[in-house]
Amino acid sequence: MEDAIFQIVALLAGTLRIATPLILCAMGGVFSENAGVVDIGLEGKMLAAAFASATVASATGSPWLGLTAGILVACAMSLVHGAACITYRGNQIVSGVAINILASGLTMVFAVAWFHMGGQTPGLDNAARFLPISLPGSESLAGVPLIGPVYANLISGQTLPVYLTIALVFLTAWTLSKTRFGLRLRAVGEEPKAVDAAGISVAGLRYRAVLICGGFTGIAGTYLAIAQNANFSREMSAGQGYIALAALIFGKWKAWGAFWACILFGFLDAVAIRLQGVHIGAFAVPTQAIQAMPYLLTVLLLAGFIGKATAPKNDGVPYEKGE
Amino acid sequence: MRAREKLPAIVDLVVIPLANVVLAFLAAGLVVLAIGGNPIRAVEVMISGAFGDSEAVGYTLFYTTDYIFTGLAVAVAFHAGLFNIGGEGQAYIGGLGAGLVALALDHTGMGWLVIPVAVAAAALFGAAWAAVPAYLQAYRGSHIVITTIMFNFLASILMVYLMVNVLIGPGNMSPESRDFLSAAQLPLFSDWLDGMGISVHGSPFNVAGILAVLCGIVVWLLIWRTPWGYELRLLGFNPSAARYAGVNEKRMIIVAMCLSGALAGFVGVNEVLGVHHRLLLDYALGYGFGGIAVALMGRNHPVGIAFAALLFGALQQGGAELSFEMPQVTREMVVAIQGLVILFSGALAQMTRPWFEWPFRRRLGGEA
Repeated sequence: MEDAIFQIVALLAGTLRIATPLILCAMGGVFSENAGVVDIGLEGKMLAAAFASATVASATGSPWLGLTAGILVACAMSLVHGAACITYRGNQIVSGVAINILASGLTMVFAVAWFHMGGQTPGLDNAARFLPISLPGSESLAGVPLIGPVYANLISGQTLPVYLTIALVFLTAWTLSKTRFGLRLRAVGEEPKAVDAAGISVAGLRYRAVLICGGFTGIAGTYLAIAQNANFSREMSAGQGYIALAALIFGKWKAWGAFWACILFGFLDAVAIRLQGVHIGAFAVPTQAIQAMPYLLTVLLLAGFIGKATAPKNDGVPYEKGE
Repeated sequence: MRAREKLPAIVDLVVIPLANVVLAFLAAGLVVLAIGGNPIRAVEVMISGAFGDSEAVGYTLFYTTDYIFTGLAVAVAFHAGLFNIGGEGQAYIGGLGAGLVALALDHTGMGWLVIPVAVAAAALFGAAWAAVPAYLQAYRGSHIVITTIMFNFLASILMVYLMVNVLIGPGNMSPESRDFLSAAQLPLFSDWLDGMGISVHGSPFNVAGILAVLCGIVVWLLIWRTPWGYELRLLGFNPSAARYAGVNEKRMIIVAMCLSGALAGFVGVNEVLGVHHRLLLDYALGYGFGGIAVALMGRNHPVGIAFAALLFGALQQGGAELSFEMPQVTREMVVAIQGLVILFSGALAQMTRPWFEWPFRRRLGGEA
């Protein structure tokens, strides 16, 4: 029984750690897409931020400067995406693809040129990273059944970006549903003409949404490089930006929906890791089947086989003033 | 919106696209400068690396072949108003089809028949992998971009499963199938030339190159010289007009995507039957996305695509040479250049237009 609880807590803690970058990217996507700018470049921005944060953290020894660099680089890429999608009314998918490929190429080009380590950045000291934080009381509560292990290993003992992420989910949900800025943002994704007629700048709102998205993906990349790992390595985002995109759709473009989708996908991944090489009798559990779940579920949802996902009405449509 | 000036065709079709590509390469030059390299020297190294001797040319043309297939794949879908970013997965699964046929038939004594069957299987598998997202878009209203992205990942997971658990060759430590027998290996041009007494260095350039040229011609004929192609372009250009004109939109989406997937699947022919001669992991990596750059740069026309594919093939081969000659530049520079081309020729394509509009505006009497 003790052991089972410990196993479950470890699984849930793993879920939370895996889900963190997904949640951050998905929240960024919630802002961007609710304002009408499709973003399939979450992956690239996260990767670029991971490289920038690892580079700066290793040069300065400060995780905070690393975080700043990660956010700045991701925001700069967001501005490129914004220029393409908002100002020049280019194809938003093409722009996202460009950002992903550009990030994949440039991170390697700079990593090899600057560090000569085959695309890695130097390993970071603990002082240059975000380390797990022990919340007060986790030691003394450890003996209490159920609450003890849950508190000590799930609620306590996470890194700072994990706590920040949870806070940002609340902030995102609240901003979009309760604040004037959030309501305008959603209006601009649904009916930009109405917003324009009310005398509010469509482009201004969309740029702000895209920049917020950049900031979130910047934190996500930083988390990958200097909290979850201790350096940048080649393609370290490994498709998580795309899983976040799937979660965003699976959560029907809503903050809490996307959050729970990320938790679900994170959980599946944590389970897949645990089941690697596990045999039930003579039957090897095909972990690939579990890994495929996020993609399959998203395809099925989009096809309307399990509920219906409807994007904001003008998501992906460039706005042309005064026709 | 500011009224768009009508520009002479030459400006629209040649000058502006060229300017966009030049911008992309200027940006790439800045990247090389930023890492302490000399961009001009880098270009020299790449050109000699891509065209310096017969081996280099062979490699360049081999990579070009892949890019022609995926570039055409993206273009065909694009003409129908569909964005197929699933070329990556379709190429991967196409290779699976070719490989399965090769493994099944190479020892049966069917002789020269094995290869056409394997090529057909590559097309069929690639088309099938594109058909599902196409069906879901046409009949269930899913967004094809998202679905094809998901299918890229599904393809990669499926291949890992198959290679590790099913297709791994006896005694192999890494997830690779047994080697194909010669009946399932595409002839290399270097062997042909050797046979004719012309001595060249060996390279993986193989008869799939001929298939690529044929595909380009067929795509051109289909899209610009048949009623079907006219309907396809109409659907892409103005969907409501196409519907009004009686174009069967759903069927068109599916056929266009199948054609697109089949073209992407031929990458598997070039890679699996052409060089590797066995099934393995990740042989199609990057060509699906590269095809987007090729199609954008080639303006979705087979001739443009052929030139763009040659450029990217040369970059890929030259980039490999570059990483030997200038150690601070990795071959991923090529990936960065692809990204820049997609950015400037695709996403920011409208950025440069006003720069070319003003001289004409003045002459037309200046309407802002």
